[in-house]
Amino acid sequence: MKRFMNIEPSPALRAFLTLLPFIIALFAYSIASEARLAENPHDKLLPSFTQIADAVDRYAFTENKRTGEYLFWQDTGASLYRIGLGITISALIGLFIGLCNGLLPTLRAGLSPFITIISLIPPMAILPILFITFGLDELAKVMLIIIGTAPVIIRDMQSQVMQLPQEQLIKAQTLGASTWQVAIRVILPQIMPRLLASVRLTLGAAWLFLIAAEAIAAQEGLGYRIFLVRRYMSMDVIFPYVIWITTLAFAMDFSLRKISEVCFPWYHQGAK
Amino acid sequence: MSFLEIKNVWKSYGDAQILERLNLTVKQGEFVSMVGASGCGKSTFLNMLLGKEKQTKGEILLEGKPLVQEPDEERGIVFQRYSVFPHLTVLQNVMIADEFSNAKLLGFVFGKKKAEIKAKATEFIDAVGLTPALNKYPHELSGGMQQRLAIAQALMKKPKILLLDEPFGALDPGIRADMHVLIRDIWQKNNLTIFMVTHDIKEGFELGSRVWVFDKLRHDPQAPNAYGAQVTYDLDISSETNKSDSKMKIDELSTPSSNPIMQEEKA
Repeated sequence: MKRFMNIEPSPALRAFLTLLPFIIALFAYSIASEARLAENPHDKLLPSFTQIADAVDRYAFTENKRTGEYLFWQDTGASLYRIGLGITISALIGLFIGLCNGLLPTLRAGLSPFITIISLIPPMAILPILFITFGLDELAKVMLIIIGTAPVIIRDMQSQVMQLPQEQLIKAQTLGASTWQVAIRVILPQIMPRLLASVRLTLGAAWLFLIAAEAIAAQEGLGYRIFLVRRYMSMDVIFPYVIWITTLAFAMDFSLRKISEVCFPWYHQGAK
Repeated sequence: MSFLEIKNVWKSYGDAQILERLNLTVKQGEFVSMVGASGCGKSTFLNMLLGKEKQTKGEILLEGKPLVQEPDEERGIVFQRYSVFPHLTVLQNVMIADEFSNAKLLGFVFGKKKAEIKAKATEFIDAVGLTPALNKYPHELSGGMQQRLAIAQALMKKPKILLLDEPFGALDPGIRADMHVLIRDIWQKNNLTIFMVTHDIKEGFELGSRVWVFDKLRHDPQAPNAYGAQVTYDLDISSETNKSDSKMKIDELSTPSSNPIMQEEKA
């Protein structure tokens, strides 16, 4: 008998083990829900699957009588727009400043300590300042995502650039490269996959900031809706929204990973 | 005027004296092997030739002019590792050398110019025997093939000096022998001036037309950093008779009594 640490599950067993916790969680929920509803049919805490399906149908597939829109998709669009814009701008800022900082000691001397301090400010603490400065509409929410994630990406990119072997930069210079050429031909292509990895890691924080900002001031958005229906204890709406947010987050993470693998095969195969 | 003149060069880091009183001249086309114990300053000296480090005193003249204080096209380099760009294929790795000089702004070339560079790059790749791996990425190559690639890259610029920093140190013995044949061939065909740092004395004598042994002549046991290393032996081994003499020198250097550190390294 092999040691437990040396036993590799077969593909079939592996798939079963992957699904198992999900199945157990669903099963446990349905038992708990049924038990509560049997005692009190108006219980709102653990709605049955039919109640949840009803809510999804109401929000996602029924026209709003007043506005003629589908609330669920409207919320999804608003949230995706904010997080997409915020994280894209963050990534571009992070890439540009991080690359310059990592490559140019003069710039690094001026900017690096400043950015380190900025990145330590808890973004939620300055949310009121953002609302006061940028108003209550889209800009403030996107700014919160940028302020929350950009410094982290900048610092990560800077350290990634500095971790590139010195030998490569010297080699490029002996081949006649200028600072600019080193930046765009040697460093930029090499930190692009690292940028994608960095964005994947900061996406969690980006969602946190998005939902927090939407909870406080918004007219639409996934976070806004959750906090709105909380007043009526509408768990039947909150649950599908949370699952939907998780699904979106997973899809974003997964597609970023796939993009990276397709565009930068040398990075992923080289790491093995 | 000699090709390369080293005039009374000293190098120190703070209190630690690394090199002292180096006075050497090198003719064009020489292959200088630099050997010595770890920390004797041979790599520091190579870095000064490269322009990565500056001597504390003295001057180094290349064709009568002081060396430029940063790496440039006059001096090619092959490091022990990390010399090639992991995100480029073999062909792109070699082509990039001429793309740098032809596309100052964009960094990329197109059309006819690109075809010219490609033809030139293919020639050098062929010269180092990498044609079958033309479109492979460095991580798909063995250590020896990566070093061949690094050599091809450096040759594209026709450098006045080719610097080799323990280029074969990480390779298997069999591959190393192949690389020796290759580098000697390239040296003779291109009339290059080569400086090679190596830990392996045998390799130094086998390849070089001249061997410099770095060691400390003066030693203060109370302050081991007080004196720097000098070139204690400067051996011309370009002819066969000198080569056989040098064989004896190897044995002399390899005996434990004359150089305990060297012995330790071999073990």
